[in-house]
Amino acid sequence: MELSLKTQAPPPGHGPLHRLSNLLYRKPNLYLALLLVPPLLWFGAIYFGSLLTLLWQGLYTFDDFSMTVTPQLTLANLVALFHPANYDIILRTLGMAVAVSLASAVLAFPIAYYMARYTTGKTKAFFYIAVMLPMWASYIVKAYAWTLLLAKGGVAQWFVEQFGLAPALQLILDIPGVGGSTLSTSHLGRFLVFVYIWLPFMILPIQAALERLPPSLLQASADLGARPWQTFVQVILPLSVPGIAAGSIFTFSLTLGDFIVPQLVGPPGFFIGSMVYVQQGAIGNMPMAAAFTLVPIVLIAIYLAIVKRLGAFDAL
Amino acid sequence: MTLAVQFTGVSRVFGEVKAVDRVSIDIQDGEFFSMLGPSGSGKTTCLRLIAGFEQPSAGSIRIHGQEAVGLAPYQRDVNTVFQDYALFPHMNVLDNVAYGLKVKGVGKSERHARAEEALALVALGGYGARKPAQLSGGQRQRVALARALVNRPRVLLLDEPLGALDLKLREQMQGELKKLQRQLGITFIFVTHDQTEALSMSDRVAVFNKGRIEQVDTPRNLYMKPATTFVAEFVGTSNVLRGELAEQLTGNALPFSIRPEHIRLVESRLLDSPGQAASGEVQVSGLLHDIQYQGAATRYEVQLANGQSLSISQANDQWQASTPAYQPGQQVTARWARAAMIALQDVAAGGGQ
Amino acid sequence: MHSDSSAQGRASWGLKLAAWAGLLFLHFPILIIFLYAFNTEDAAFSFPPQGFTLRWFSVAFARADVLESIELSLQIACVATLIALFLGTLAAAALYRRDFFGKEGISLMLILPIALPGIVTGIALLSAFKTLGIEPGMFTIIVGHATFCVVIVYNNVIARFRRTSYSLIEASMDLGADGWQTFRYIILPNLGSALLAGGMLAFALSFDEIIVTTFTAGHERTLPLWLLNQLSRPRDVPVTNVVAMLVMLATMLPILGAYYLTKGGESIAGSGGK
Repeated sequence: MELSLKTQAPPPGHGPLHRLSNLLYRKPNLYLALLLVPPLLWFGAIYFGSLLTLLWQGLYTFDDFSMTVTPQLTLANLVALFHPANYDIILRTLGMAVAVSLASAVLAFPIAYYMARYTTGKTKAFFYIAVMLPMWASYIVKAYAWTLLLAKGGVAQWFVEQFGLAPALQLILDIPGVGGSTLSTSHLGRFLVFVYIWLPFMILPIQAALERLPPSLLQASADLGARPWQTFVQVILPLSVPGIAAGSIFTFSLTLGDFIVPQLVGPPGFFIGSMVYVQQGAIGNMPMAAAFTLVPIVLIAIYLAIVKRLGAFDAL
Repeated sequence: MTLAVQFTGVSRVFGEVKAVDRVSIDIQDGEFFSMLGPSGSGKTTCLRLIAGFEQPSAGSIRIHGQEAVGLAPYQRDVNTVFQDYALFPHMNVLDNVAYGLKVKGVGKSERHARAEEALALVALGGYGARKPAQLSGGQRQRVALARALVNRPRVLLLDEPLGALDLKLREQMQGELKKLQRQLGITFIFVTHDQTEALSMSDRVAVFNKGRIEQVDTPRNLYMKPATTFVAEFVGTSNVLRGELAEQLTGNALPFSIRPEHIRLVESRLLDSPGQAASGEVQVSGLLHDIQYQGAATRYEVQLANGQSLSISQANDQWQASTPAYQPGQQVTARWARAAMIALQDVAAGGGQ
Repeated sequence: MHSDSSAQGRASWGLKLAAWAGLLFLHFPILIIFLYAFNTEDAAFSFPPQGFTLRWFSVAFARADVLESIELSLQIACVATLIALFLGTLAAAALYRRDFFGKEGISLMLILPIALPGIVTGIALLSAFKTLGIEPGMFTIIVGHATFCVVIVYNNVIARFRRTSYSLIEASMDLGADGWQTFRYIILPNLGSALLAGGMLAFALSFDEIIVTTFTAGHERTLPLWLLNQLSRPRDVPVTNVVAMLVMLATMLPILGAYYLTKGGESIAGSGGK
């Protein structure tokens, strides 16, 4: 069979779209610019514009008597962050963020390890969905569910009573700094809710890091005479550090900025987020709220610098 | 004869790297032209410059007399068979092949008829309804070929199209491509790093090295009369001898090439007149240090007195088992005709022909 | 549940138990929400539930405040998703192949709204709106949601771009298609499911968002804000439970959908399949 080879003239192509295509082809930088302009405008003008406005307002003066803001630049708000009352809030939030990150890592590790090493095919997919669903599922409903669980006469109390654990629970609740009058008004309860909500954000990065670890490495370790626990401590744990660090970015940052969970569960006492919320809302002191917003930004920047050294960014 | 593609002083620079450096080539209409070279030598960039995926940093590219610099790929009358085939995964085979006609506004019935025709040309009639994922590697390769031919280009570009196939299939496709090119009479420009492939299929071959062309010639001349040390060593196997030894043998300081199969091996003790070659021949002695039996031929590695090593290939063209005359460690003498030595340039004299 | 993965033998029962217990921990509160939505009791959250009823669904759907919040949240999520699809796709198309100055900075910028705590984004937007004299309302909520949804779409689309061999685009142009035809016939069909998946995730994220919304909502009340407000009204618990379950479903179903849309992604690879 033969193709007749009369050459065809190139298509006429005079449509505006065709001419635009030609132009963009000849000018790839113009094409790139056209693609980038809308997102850059949106993020540059709206997002960064807002951030700068906020930071600028952190330098404005708030008059306590008239309860008004004047655009007179001052460092007083930033200095006020170090007043003992405010400083306490920052430490309380920071302590919770660190505790939640640590606990999440401990809880996440066995799940991630099991997923990465001992599941294949359908089971792996099942685990993956089972972790991903609670991760993305409604935050506010998850928080709400815990208020139901921890409430007086709620599920947690029922279980405690069924298993006769009430004295043990009371013992824990009596520990100062951890406990509280009931589970739902204790630091422990708040901590539990935080760990629950951010745990999936820790599981998936660890799992991904462990998944990348070739089985031959473990065999090599065993082959060289390491016992299983030695392999775990010497090989698996160090290689999963980037995953843990990546996951902790989420647990740390999300806990640091949260103000819904502290409002719903746990004893009174502000978190950074609640302080920001109250300052700008009820009090109307936007400069102080802006100054408080700086705290999580700075803490997270420091934290990112630390975990970057642990290889967290390669594991994201 | 008109020129299908003409490069004049073409360069393509990526940052600091000169991928193509002042290349000039004339490719004749209807020619099977290969671009041969190691990876990173600039051959694929040249092909992409013809297709329009890259634009030159300097120089002129004419396709059938028309200046192509600045034209988009869709404004050029050339089509490409991609190394990874680049079949559209969301379309079936027929739609893949008909795509070029569809975007030109050819009506559905005509483009399907012509796509079927093109599929039949590559012996894939009846495969139209399948998805690319359901085909074998060889079949995908044919679909890619049919898709590139359906637009009836005057120049077909092939970017290592056989690289992903296994040896048997590759040899079969080499024959078919050559046949197809003769049958269609269009220009094929074929990029490969496989010198056997280039030699066996092409009318002419351009050998690329570091962005420049070392030599453009017929396969026979490329092998028999390599112009540079690079060509001598890249196309086939060659002994490139240089330095004092070269001067001693040729009376000329230039390095020279001698093919292993053009050398005869003589046992030193059997020489009728030691140290004395017959007229029109030269000879050197050395220590035989390795023998490789390769079936049709046997290869001997000889260490010369000056430290250079010499490969010698002797055809096993006697059906009878001849005496295995040589042992490693033996002193041997190698002889060859003066005329078989080809003087080489160390660097290409200049791009183009 | 057997573990026949490469030569590692079986997991110790302790590990297996820990893993499955972890999953149970993650799902138990969600199950509780589903359970309580059908609880007959009307004033408390006592456990175990006393009976099964569908009554609270009809009560919930008869309430104007619930319906208004649902409508508002749906509108916001739809518009924010559309904006995010547009901006995220453009950003992915610009960033996936070419290297240029500031590329790293742009990708960091896209991630920032979800990397920084929601309060930062929320209060920053609020202060800017106040400075500009824009009254917080549906418009400002949409702006906030779209900002942090862009990165979700961007991640999905750029992942698909990276899995799609660039030679497909070159092949299309080589065969005579101009930029627009290549986009229409090759790029869009290949991106399709990634766009859908990214859109669904963005929708779920927007539908459920509360922290940024708290700052930008003004007097509007999205469904999550309605839920939060309900928590101080114990008498409304059964209705709250029903709405909580619906919000849960509205976020979980798109996520499942997105998962199934993107999981077969390997077959979009370059050389026409695997």
